[in-house]
Amino acid sequence: MNFDFDDDQRSIKSTAREFLASRSKFEKVRECSEGGHYDEAIWKEMIDLGWAGIFIPEQYGGQELGVVELVILQEELGYAVTPSPFFSNAAAGLMVLHAGSDEQKERLLPGVASGEATGTVGILHDGSAPLVPDAEAASFIVLAGEGDTTRIVEAGDAKIEHRDTIDGTRSFARVSGEGEEMPGDAGAGLDRACAALAAELTGCSQRAMEMAVEYAKDRKQFERPIGAYQGVSHRCAEMLLETEGARAATYYAGWAADHEPESLPAAASMAKAYASDAGWRVTASSLQVHGGIGFTWEHDLHFLLKRAKTDGHLLGGASWHRDRVAKIAGLGDAVIAQV
Amino acid sequence: MDLTLSPDEQAFRDEVRAWISDNHPGKEPEGLSEDDQWKFRVDWQRQLHEGGWAGVSWPKEYGGRGATLIESALFNEELAASRAPGPANVLALAMGGPTLIGHGSEEQKERFLPPILTAEEIWCQGFSEPESGSDLASLKTKAVKDGDDWVVTGQKVWTTYAHHAKWCMLVARTDSEVAKHRGLTYFLMDMEQEEVQVRPLRQITGEAEFNELFIEEARIPDENVIGGVGNGWMVAITTLMNERSGLAFGLQVRLKILLGQVIDLVKEQGLEKDPLVRQRIGQLYTESEIMRLNAWRGLTGIMKTGQPGPEGSLGKWHWSDINQALTEFTMDLRGPDAPATDSEFTFEFLRARANSIEGGTTEILKNIVAERVLGLPKLR
Repeated sequence: MNFDFDDDQRSIKSTAREFLASRSKFEKVRECSEGGHYDEAIWKEMIDLGWAGIFIPEQYGGQELGVVELVILQEELGYAVTPSPFFSNAAAGLMVLHAGSDEQKERLLPGVASGEATGTVGILHDGSAPLVPDAEAASFIVLAGEGDTTRIVEAGDAKIEHRDTIDGTRSFARVSGEGEEMPGDAGAGLDRACAALAAELTGCSQRAMEMAVEYAKDRKQFERPIGAYQGVSHRCAEMLLETEGARAATYYAGWAADHEPESLPAAASMAKAYASDAGWRVTASSLQVHGGIGFTWEHDLHFLLKRAKTDGHLLGGASWHRDRVAKIAGLGDAVIAQV
Repeated sequence: MDLTLSPDEQAFRDEVRAWISDNHPGKEPEGLSEDDQWKFRVDWQRQLHEGGWAGVSWPKEYGGRGATLIESALFNEELAASRAPGPANVLALAMGGPTLIGHGSEEQKERFLPPILTAEEIWCQGFSEPESGSDLASLKTKAVKDGDDWVVTGQKVWTTYAHHAKWCMLVARTDSEVAKHRGLTYFLMDMEQEEVQVRPLRQITGEAEFNELFIEEARIPDENVIGGVGNGWMVAITTLMNERSGLAFGLQVRLKILLGQVIDLVKEQGLEKDPLVRQRIGQLYTESEIMRLNAWRGLTGIMKTGQPGPEGSLGKWHWSDINQALTEFTMDLRGPDAPATDSEFTFEFLRARANSIEGGTTEILKNIVAERVLGLPKLR
C-alpha cells in the first residue's frame, strides 16, 4: 500500500511543472486566448518530450506508460491552464486504444503519439456532439454516446461548426457525421479520458487555491491581511478540502485504470463528478477572495475559472456521473441523459 | 503508486478476520441494564486482550502487538466492518496509553499500562470545561502543590465514561503567572475519591454518554504528573492528535455501513428512480470513498515524512460533514415516520449533531488548516 507516486512518476511531475512554469506562463495563456490560437512551439516541445504518446504502446510510437502518468501531466497542464490540443488528442488516443480494431489502432495511434495527425472526442446528443474540443484541427473525431454506435469520423467527412465558448484557451465546435464503427470497449476509453479530465480540474483547483491564499496573505483591509479573517480563511480551508478530495479520487481513478480495471467505472465517475464540482467551486471561491480585481479581464484568475467550468461539462457533467455512481451503488439504470 | 496490500499485509488482515469471526461477541443484547451493557463491553475487551488484539499499535514491550501503521489501520477497518462493539477502555487504548508511552516515565508505564489493556482500570478524559471549550488553554481548574501532593479544584465537562473510570487524564492550571499555554500540567487523577463528583449530562438524544465532573480539593500524588509540570499543553496535544488520526479508519468503515443501510432504505421506500435521491446517493457514495482514500493517503504521508500530509487535517472535518449529511438524508427518506423514535436512524440523526463539535469543532479544524497547512495569518 503506497498512495504516492514512484520516483519516475515524481520526475515526470517535476519536469512538467518546470517546463510549463517557463513556457506556459499566464502571459502566454492570455496571448493565445485573446488571439484564438495555440502556441505551436509549446505543442511541438510537448511532443518532443513524448507527452502525446505517454500511454500509447511502443509498437504505435508511444512511451507505453500508464493512465497514472497521463493524469500527472494533465494535472500540471490544468495548473498552468496551458492552451494546447493535448487533452483532446489523448482522449482520442484512449478511445482508439480501447475501442478500436487492430487496423484502426495501427492506422491512427502513430499520428496521435507523434502529434502529426491528432484526434478528438465528442459525446453525441440528439444526433450531434455539441461541444468537441479542437475538432477543427483534428484529423479524426471519435463520436460516442448512449444508444449510439461509437464511430471514427474522418475530418473530411464531418460537419464541423465552430462555437465560441467562455474558455478562450481552447477551440470548440459542434460536430456530426457518419464514419466507421469501433468494435471495442468505448466505456473503457471514456472512463480513462474522464480520469484525465478530472486531473486537469484538480490542477485548476490547486492553482486557484494557491492564488487565493497568496492574495489573502498580501491584501490588507481594516489594517489586517484579509486571510486573518475567518470569513476568508475558512473559505480557503474549504478550497483545500475540495482540491484534496478531487485529487484523491483522480489518482485512484488513474491507478484503477492501470491496475484494477473492474473498479474503474465507479472510480472514473466519482472523480469526474467530484472534480467537476470542485473545479468550479474552488475557482469561483478564489474569485470571491480576490474581490473586485478577480472580476477583471486583466486578472489571470478567469482563465482557470472558465477552463474549469468548461471541463466540467465535457464527457458528461457532474449530475450524469453522480447518477452513474448511484447505478453502480445498486439503484438501477440511469435516469438522466449523458450531457 | 500501489493501492493493493502486500502478501504480509494480506496475511495480517486474514488473521484479524479469522480471529474476529471466531470470537465475535455478537450484537449487544437488547434491553440490558446500563451496568450489564458496560460489562458486555468490558468482557469483549478482555477477550480482545487474551487474543492479543488490545493495544494493537502499542509497542510489544508495553504489552501491545507492535503492529505497523498499516496493520493498525487494517485492524480498525476489520473491527468496524464486523460491527463488533468498541472495547470498554477505548479512550485509554487510543489516547491515554499512547500519550503515556510518549511522555510518561518508565515507572508510570509499568504501573498504568497493563491494567489499561485488561480493562481493569478504565480511563476518562478531563480536558474541556464549561468556560473552556475550543479555547482549551484558557482552562481554570487549578492544581496547587501541597507537600508531595497536588490539590485540585475545578469543573470539567463532556467527560465520557467518567462514571466507570478509575483514572482521569486531567489538564489543570499549575501556574497562573505565565502565558496560558505554559501554565498547564497533565495529571492522572484517581476518580475513586469523595472530592470528585460525577454527574451524568443528558444529551439531546436523551442518553447520558458524557458527564460533568465537580472537583473540590481532590488530591493527586506528584508521581502522577505526566511529562513534567508546565508541559501539560504539549502532552494534551499528543492525546488530541492520537484522537484525530487513529479513529479515521474505523470511522470511514462505519460511514460505509451507514451508506449501505441508506441504500437499502431507498429501495424499501421505492425511491430508486427518484433523480434527487440518486444525486444524493451518488454524492455521499463519492464523499465516503474519498474519505477512505484520503485516510490511506494520510497514512502514506505519515510513513514517508513522519507526519500526516494536508489531507490528514481534513479527515475528521470531512467525516462529520458526511455523517451529518447521511443521517439527515435518512430523515428525508423516511418522511412522516422520521421523527418517530422507534428507529435507530432517528437516534443516529440526533447523535450526529455532536460530530462537528466533539474532538475539535469544525471551525477550529478550519482554523488549523488555514494557519498550519495554508500558512494564513492568525486572527489572534
